[in-house]
Amino acid sequence: MPRDLSYEAVMKRRGEIMQKALGIEYSEFIRTKIAFDYEGMMQKAGYSLEKVREIQRETGVGNTPLLELSNITELVRRTSKKGYGARICVKDEAANPSGSFKDRRASVSIYHAKKMGYPGVLAATSGNYGAAVASQAAMRNLPCIIVQEVFDSRHVGQPEIIEKSRKCEAYGAEVVQLTVGPELFYMALVLLEETGYFNASLYSPFGISGIETLGYELVQQVRERYGKDPAYVVVTHAGGGNVTGTARGILKAGAKNTKIIGASVDLTGLHMASDHDFNRKSFTTGHTGFGVPFATWPDRTDVPKNAARPLRYMDRYVTVTQGEVFYVTEVMAQLEGMERGPAGNTSLAAAIPLARELPEDEIVVVQETEYTGAGKHPQAQLDFARRNGIEVRVGDPRENVPGKSIVIPEDFSQLHVTEVDLRRLKRSYIRNAIEKNEVKEVSGEEIRFLAEDTKESEEFVKQVLEDLGVKVSAKAF
Amino acid sequence: MEIHNVILQPEERSRDVPDDTKKVPLEAWIKGWALEDGEIGQEVEIRTPAGRRVKGTLTRVNPGYTHTFGPAIPELSNIGKKLRAMLREGK
Ligand SMILES: Cc1ncc(COP(=O)(O)O)c(C=O)c1O
Repeated sequence: MPRDLSYEAVMKRRGEIMQKALGIEYSEFIRTKIAFDYEGMMQKAGYSLEKVREIQRETGVGNTPLLELSNITELVRRTSKKGYGARICVKDEAANPSGSFKDRRASVSIYHAKKMGYPGVLAATSGNYGAAVASQAAMRNLPCIIVQEVFDSRHVGQPEIIEKSRKCEAYGAEVVQLTVGPELFYMALVLLEETGYFNASLYSPFGISGIETLGYELVQQVRERYGKDPAYVVVTHAGGGNVTGTARGILKAGAKNTKIIGASVDLTGLHMASDHDFNRKSFTTGHTGFGVPFATWPDRTDVPKNAARPLRYMDRYVTVTQGEVFYVTEVMAQLEGMERGPAGNTSLAAAIPLARELPEDEIVVVQETEYTGAGKHPQAQLDFARRNGIEVRVGDPRENVPGKSIVIPEDFSQLHVTEVDLRRLKRSYIRNAIEKNEVKEVSGEEIRFLAEDTKESEEFVKQVLEDLGVKVSAKAF
Repeated sequence: MEIHNVILQPEERSRDVPDDTKKVPLEAWIKGWALEDGEIGQEVEIRTPAGRRVKGTLTRVNPGYTHTFGPAIPELSNIGKKLRAMLREGK
């Protein structure tokens, strides 16, 4: 009998397909509609930090250099009040085999797929993750399919996404290039069912435990060089894995006072699944279009329970503008001699104003760089933006309007961050947990879970539930 | 070569897509080696790098990449010069 490939039929088989393609029994960790054993899942389904380091050594992943940005630090100090302006260091993740931290994330999944005897690996992603999966699969000689969202309905794709397709193909992957839409996951399901490949999901415990080494290494490197822990670690945030894995690694290294600050490019107002808006943004990741929805509802992915839960770890969340990231990319090349790509430079753009908040003897770590090249370069992106009707000009970055104008700062002192109200995101996460799970009453166990999942007190959670008019079951007290 | 397929017609798409996206089909392009001769616009079968056999409409033969580093952007061209001068002055 031929498979029913209609959208509805495939989505109905989703649980079954995923179970086969990942091999994790999620029901083991699920406690109630809302609560699940997150740490249990990370420990049992993932790999230990030691084992991950060993896996990554096999394919040349990790142990990237930590570099001090001395010219940028000097400019920060000149634009800060006296005695202020922390030292900025960057973890040069572009030194990974495929050019970004995503190699860490892919390494464990591909190792596991090989060990479990899967005939190949598949990932649905338009990002650097595709290249990372393709590169790791090449090293372990597994066939690989990458499903990407590349074009709008005119068959036009952003230069950065075209480059990301090219890189996957260079590593020998089959690339399925799609037009815009959330049916990327539908396509992935169809192909997983057809091929029996392993789902190298971005959101499994394998992926997230692979990133922990990044946080662990950076703490060790800062301690070794400066004899202290970093005050801030600034992390480019989109789907939440980068924040989650890095923060877990930092905690495993024992750096309890280090603040984890998420940073995204502000793309407020642009709809990510819109055919019209698709090519009106100049960033393909690290932006609020992913950062906000994934923080307020992580369980929107291809796995039953997302291992990437950024609200558990973020101390602050800030945004920067597209123009500021392009400016900083230029500064990084011309003042530090490092030509690097957009996603890493997003956290660098945020780190500059953040370093001004701290005394000179503190350390701020920009947690990643990524490679750059044709398509990813600011010249390619700004030229594309102009051709799609976006105004590009020099001025005050505060005048930037996503989808309409990109304002390149006139001066270094104009670099700034906008604080996102994390408590507002946490309230909206709790509302989603209630609404999406269709619960009317919440138990004590669920309150404890929600408190942990938002890094807040049980009192905070109870207050939000009360505001939402949700009953707290008597047993809860 | 590269082939093209319509995966979902507009009316078959997810209910969750925005209105503008709902008006257009979900399309896919895949590259691979030809298993038969064909001309642009004809249906052909290919073998993909992962080893799958897939049929579709032939769109390109020996498809390449044309994305570039882009032209010079005047709005970026003075940033380095200005900041390097600033660093020199302060010393
Ligand atoms: C280089 C790079 N940095 C940061 C991110 C953001 O990571 P996450 O989606 O886990 O938040 C991505 C991916 O989207 C990326 O490719």
